[in-house]
Amino acid sequence: MKRYLVFEDGTYFEGTAFGSDTETIGELVFTTGMSGYQEAITDQSYNGQIINFCAPMIGNYGVAKKFNESQKPTIKGVLAREISDVVGNYQSEMTIDEFLKQENVPGIRRIDTRAITLKIRKAGSLKAAIVDDLNSGLLDQISTWKLDDEQLQKSINPTPATFAGSGKHVVLLDFGYKESIVSELTNRSLKVTVVPGNTSLAEIENLHPDGIMLSNGPGDPTRHMDVLPTIVELEKRYPVFGICMGHQLLCLANGAKTFKMKFGHRGFNHPVKDLASGKIYFTSQNHGYAVDEASVAETDLKITQIELNDQTVEGVEHTRYNAFSVQFHPDAKPGPHDADFLFNKFWDMINK
Amino acid sequence: MPKRTDLKKIMIIGSGPIIIGQAAEFDYSGTQACLALKEEGYETVLINSNPATIMTDKHIADKVYIEPITLEFVEKVLVKEHPDAIIPTLGGQTGLNMAVQLQEAGILDQLDIEIIGTKLNTINEAEDREEFKDLMNKLHEPVPASMSAHTYKVAKKFVDDIGFPVIIRPAFTMGGTGGGVAHDYVELEEIVERGLKASPSTEVLIEQSIAGYKEIEFEVMRDSSDNALAVCHMENVDPVGIHTGDSIVISPIQTLTDNEIQKLRDVSLKIIRALKIEGGCNVQLAIDTKTSNYFIIEVNPRVSRSSALASKATGYPIAKIAAKIAVGLTLDEIINPITGKTFAQFEPALDYVVCKIPRWPFDKFSKADRMIGTQMKATGEVMALGRNLEEAMQKAVRSLEIDQEDLKMDALADKSDEELEKYVKTPTDDRLFYLAELLRRDVSYETINQLTNINPFFLAKIKNIVDYEKVLTNGTLDKDIITEAKQLGYSDKTIARLNDLDEDIIRHFRIQSNVLPTYKTVDTCAGEFEAAAPYFYSTYETENESEKMSDKSVLILGSGPIRIGQGIEFDYSTVHCVRAVQQMGYKAIVINNNPETVSTDYSVADKLYFEPLTLEDVLNVCDLEKPIGAIVQFGGQTSVNLAEPLKANGIKILGTQVEDINRAEDRDLFDQIIKKLNIPQPAGGTATSQAGALEVAHKIGYPVLIRPSYVLGGRAMEIVRSDEELDKYMHEAVHVSNDHPVLIDTYLTGRECEIDALSDGENVLLPGIIEHIERSGVHSGDSMAVYPPQNIPDEVQGQIVRYAKLLAAELKCVGIMNIQFVIHDNQAYVIEVNPRASRTVPYLSKVTSIQMARIATKLILGADFNTLGLEPGLEPESRLIHVKAPTFSFNKLNNVDSALGPEMKSTGEVMGSGLDYTEALYKAFEATNQHIKDAGNVLITVNDNDKQEASYLARRFHNVGFQILATKGTAKYLNDEGIDAKVVPEVGQADEDIVYYLSHNRIQLLINTLGESRSHHSDGYIIRQNAVLNSVPLYTSLDTANAILKVLEKRFISVTPL
Repeated sequence: MKRYLVFEDGTYFEGTAFGSDTETIGELVFTTGMSGYQEAITDQSYNGQIINFCAPMIGNYGVAKKFNESQKPTIKGVLAREISDVVGNYQSEMTIDEFLKQENVPGIRRIDTRAITLKIRKAGSLKAAIVDDLNSGLLDQISTWKLDDEQLQKSINPTPATFAGSGKHVVLLDFGYKESIVSELTNRSLKVTVVPGNTSLAEIENLHPDGIMLSNGPGDPTRHMDVLPTIVELEKRYPVFGICMGHQLLCLANGAKTFKMKFGHRGFNHPVKDLASGKIYFTSQNHGYAVDEASVAETDLKITQIELNDQTVEGVEHTRYNAFSVQFHPDAKPGPHDADFLFNKFWDMINK
Repeated sequence: MPKRTDLKKIMIIGSGPIIIGQAAEFDYSGTQACLALKEEGYETVLINSNPATIMTDKHIADKVYIEPITLEFVEKVLVKEHPDAIIPTLGGQTGLNMAVQLQEAGILDQLDIEIIGTKLNTINEAEDREEFKDLMNKLHEPVPASMSAHTYKVAKKFVDDIGFPVIIRPAFTMGGTGGGVAHDYVELEEIVERGLKASPSTEVLIEQSIAGYKEIEFEVMRDSSDNALAVCHMENVDPVGIHTGDSIVISPIQTLTDNEIQKLRDVSLKIIRALKIEGGCNVQLAIDTKTSNYFIIEVNPRVSRSSALASKATGYPIAKIAAKIAVGLTLDEIINPITGKTFAQFEPALDYVVCKIPRWPFDKFSKADRMIGTQMKATGEVMALGRNLEEAMQKAVRSLEIDQEDLKMDALADKSDEELEKYVKTPTDDRLFYLAELLRRDVSYETINQLTNINPFFLAKIKNIVDYEKVLTNGTLDKDIITEAKQLGYSDKTIARLNDLDEDIIRHFRIQSNVLPTYKTVDTCAGEFEAAAPYFYSTYETENESEKMSDKSVLILGSGPIRIGQGIEFDYSTVHCVRAVQQMGYKAIVINNNPETVSTDYSVADKLYFEPLTLEDVLNVCDLEKPIGAIVQFGGQTSVNLAEPLKANGIKILGTQVEDINRAEDRDLFDQIIKKLNIPQPAGGTATSQAGALEVAHKIGYPVLIRPSYVLGGRAMEIVRSDEELDKYMHEAVHVSNDHPVLIDTYLTGRECEIDALSDGENVLLPGIIEHIERSGVHSGDSMAVYPPQNIPDEVQGQIVRYAKLLAAELKCVGIMNIQFVIHDNQAYVIEVNPRASRTVPYLSKVTSIQMARIATKLILGADFNTLGLEPGLEPESRLIHVKAPTFSFNKLNNVDSALGPEMKSTGEVMGSGLDYTEALYKAFEATNQHIKDAGNVLITVNDNDKQEASYLARRFHNVGFQILATKGTAKYLNDEGIDAKVVPEVGQADEDIVYYLSHNRIQLLINTLGESRSHHSDGYIIRQNAVLNSVPLYTSLDTANAILKVLEKRFISVTPL
């Protein structure tokens, strides 16, 4: 069955349907990672987005529950040059097609994903709809569509969850967290309690944390202005580690500014340079917003890492408190593990 | 870190002649590295014995030495040049081994020369099995249980403990030479003994077999600041057990989870860091497809065949970056040349799929053992890119030029399922087609997986392809169906075949229906950044990224995969053609599909299309680029064969016209020319049937030389001496038909020579005459050759020049052509004319300093000799003598007769240059690694016709201190002639028979000429095979033996009593 990716201006790409047969609208982004489609699809940072996979063939090794990064995907669609119905890995439990049907996510295959990537690269991220019919009424809504609170709220678990550990206790403020962050912490024997990002200071204190983790999450960080005062207090009292959205919020809390990038960083071949050691590591990234470099100068934060190619801010640390954050995902999944030592750094802070 | 300023002069060691396991990829890597070092301002010195390479062109390094890569000669160059450092990691195993030898001989310390890039202890740690195992244990990285053994006894004891099956790999050899898998003690002993011989350190590694695991490769890089990255990862379709050089390889990895891939990446980076490599490194891993447990198979601390493939697959120039790292630059200082924006500290992201398929030499060696396993047998490879695997795979198949347009192999239709299953289980080179046939018959993935361990994912892709055959067979031409077929990689020709139509009809239907290829850029970054690289592949999608470049562009067709008969020489000429096209003010567009070569470096041409060299794929590029024409003279027979169909489709062929190409290649038309010009030619004729062949043979008389028309490298060419042999030949060797006649000529014995003629259509420039050392009957590609000629009288040279001029004028040759002669009774006869650049172009260009391919290209584009400042006629001879010698890869191939004959068998060549003939000869022999001992035993076993001549040689061998051994008949003859020759028992005639002698170091040199029987059971064959197995220098032509004697006699210092 034919299916279309339609833009605001009426232009469209044609492909073949797979996944669920719902019609959707979302923000179109591309990711260059050559593996890890399942981790990306279940990453809450993609909430409201249609993921255009640059890797031309996805689904090759199937889907298995253990690779989910969250309970329920909130993406709006998947674009792939080709998907595979026969999987090549013993761990697989279902095909990508079956998975997307189950999760009610529509997909288009046999679509020129490279042309779409080039379009985004030139125009910046775009809004688009996935429809089965070029006369679909949904197309009229593209121009007014935006990522609303109701949709964003789906990324955040309303009730706290605890993950057992024999070591110190980390409270993870959830803005749409990836399970890989929790497992990096629990792998280090830390006990983790996940609470909604807007949990009050008092409630967090009640949990008697030894450290605070600020999670990743979707959308514009400035939507979370309400939690900034809490973060300001937390960083005075506990070691704080922020990832992605968590990084942006730590920066905003300390007075820096963020901006929306043209098309963001999504993929895992982004070289990040550690300014202190000169070391460079490859990082997994998924963000459409970034911290404004100049704005950091007027805060108590110090830039610790930059992206080698476009020099964007990739990490900061507080000059007075035990607080640091990175724009990329040291928890990987998908992507390289080069920066997982940052969790050791956090562990050291907590256990000092 | 900035580049080092304490180094001024750097020497690069090349990889020497092309052999199986070490091919054109080192020309590509070496050339890139030399240029990168020059770019950084270093003075460069290069040593390489292979003249057929771009890297040995004068301008690639400041000083180029075409000398043997042996301790003796490398030391001489080091002493003369006194470089500050050497880079050993660019010349394959040859380069690494030479660095080790130099160090062990103390030469590097003596001359205070540093090894840069990868240090010596790293080379040892990676290459020495025990040291490597220790390192892996230290890193807690698993390696299969293994041990190194210097004797069979030790090997056996180890296997007693760990059990079968085991893999045996000789230490310090190329392409796994001499290795194998043993399932029992008989096999174990055989392979271990063979491996010990093959290993320069008499050492084999016995290893727990992990055959059937998935084989993965990572290409990783590291700099002196410990930055490290993975350029590329690759998955072998053929599981562990088949050498990666003989495997179908896909990039990126397809069937591993992100988790698994990242784990293997971590391991690869950990290893390159532990080895402290500054440059590139290849890590081979095996992963259990049921548990994700993995093993490290091996590490190559140098650029390799895989790194060349990875460079072409990703666009990331590994060798170039490795060279810059070697001089101290770091990855974050080097700009990624493809994007011009990002840094070399970048891991390419691919938005296409790459398929590499090896090219095996079994079309030449029809009797060879075609089984593939741990010993590499392929001579070359092709690569294709697509937006899905089906497309990439089908494009790769039709790039192979093995008479397979697609996955349908007709001969398999009659085979039973059982037969097919047997073949896929014990694989041969054409397993892919067997798999396709089984899938066509709906044999399940499970069944095939059980037999082969090939991942169902790959089987499903092949099944997708064959399933669509039915759709295509079934109906009229439909736009949607054709579009989908194209997206699955189907060629117009296959679609036509399935519909019983002409290819042309499909093409026109496609164009009318607007089903046109779109070209996508290879940009290292999956579209994330704007790319500056003019590097494209075709697919069928919506957006085309390649725009017509210029109104003044010229299309240059490459020569495809390296195979016997069409080697790196043709890539050499192609690259020069590109340069000349650019010098003439045109834009050069190259189409080629060989990832190993210089011509497919995206920085060579103005635009590179990585595409199959078929009519359809070439026409598609022409439709877009509208070049002023195509140059077909440099890509060997691959491109010449495209001339006629291209012209028929309205593409202008530049240079010699298609009719004239045909007049040179069509035997009957050529005969008319020869008669018209009154040029002597061996009597001969053409036949299209068995009866016709007999008739011709009877007319001209035996012996005759017989071969199919339109072949390169003398494929299926034989000397036939009787009706019986002729019958046999016609039945077994060729499929003769009206379209494919056979050519039959009188076989004239005599000296052979050849010339390459440059012509502007009127005048002819002959850079030189090349004299063959072996008499007629040995293929020109397998002959040793010398320039200037040593034995051709002026009178005959005059004939040669005259005939060349006549032929060039008659054939209206514009560009270059090659003419082969045989000299019989002081008369030159024309044997054949090749209306294109030949194998000898790089050799002759280098020794005469006339850049033949460049001049030919300029003539093709309308220049004349006058404006080029050149004087037509035969060039004066050079002062130095240059001998070209072939190299063979017999030790990699089972059941290939090493006797030389009219069919070409060599894989590469070397050159030796000297002030006199014997010095040049000596160097040539040394460079082929056939070191001739100053004394010892020479075994002579020749046929009756050769006995008299052999006796002269025997006497001379005796005079220079050799003891003469001979088989019974030959010994008797020699004894009768008064030569002291000791009899060696013939095969099976005694416990210590000739085979025993060969395997026990009792024979230092073997001279054997072909007897009546060519069978693989004949004594001669067995003797030759054992000589190859035991690395005993073997010469099957008395002329080669004579050449050796010249060297020995020159070097001989006699001792006499008072």
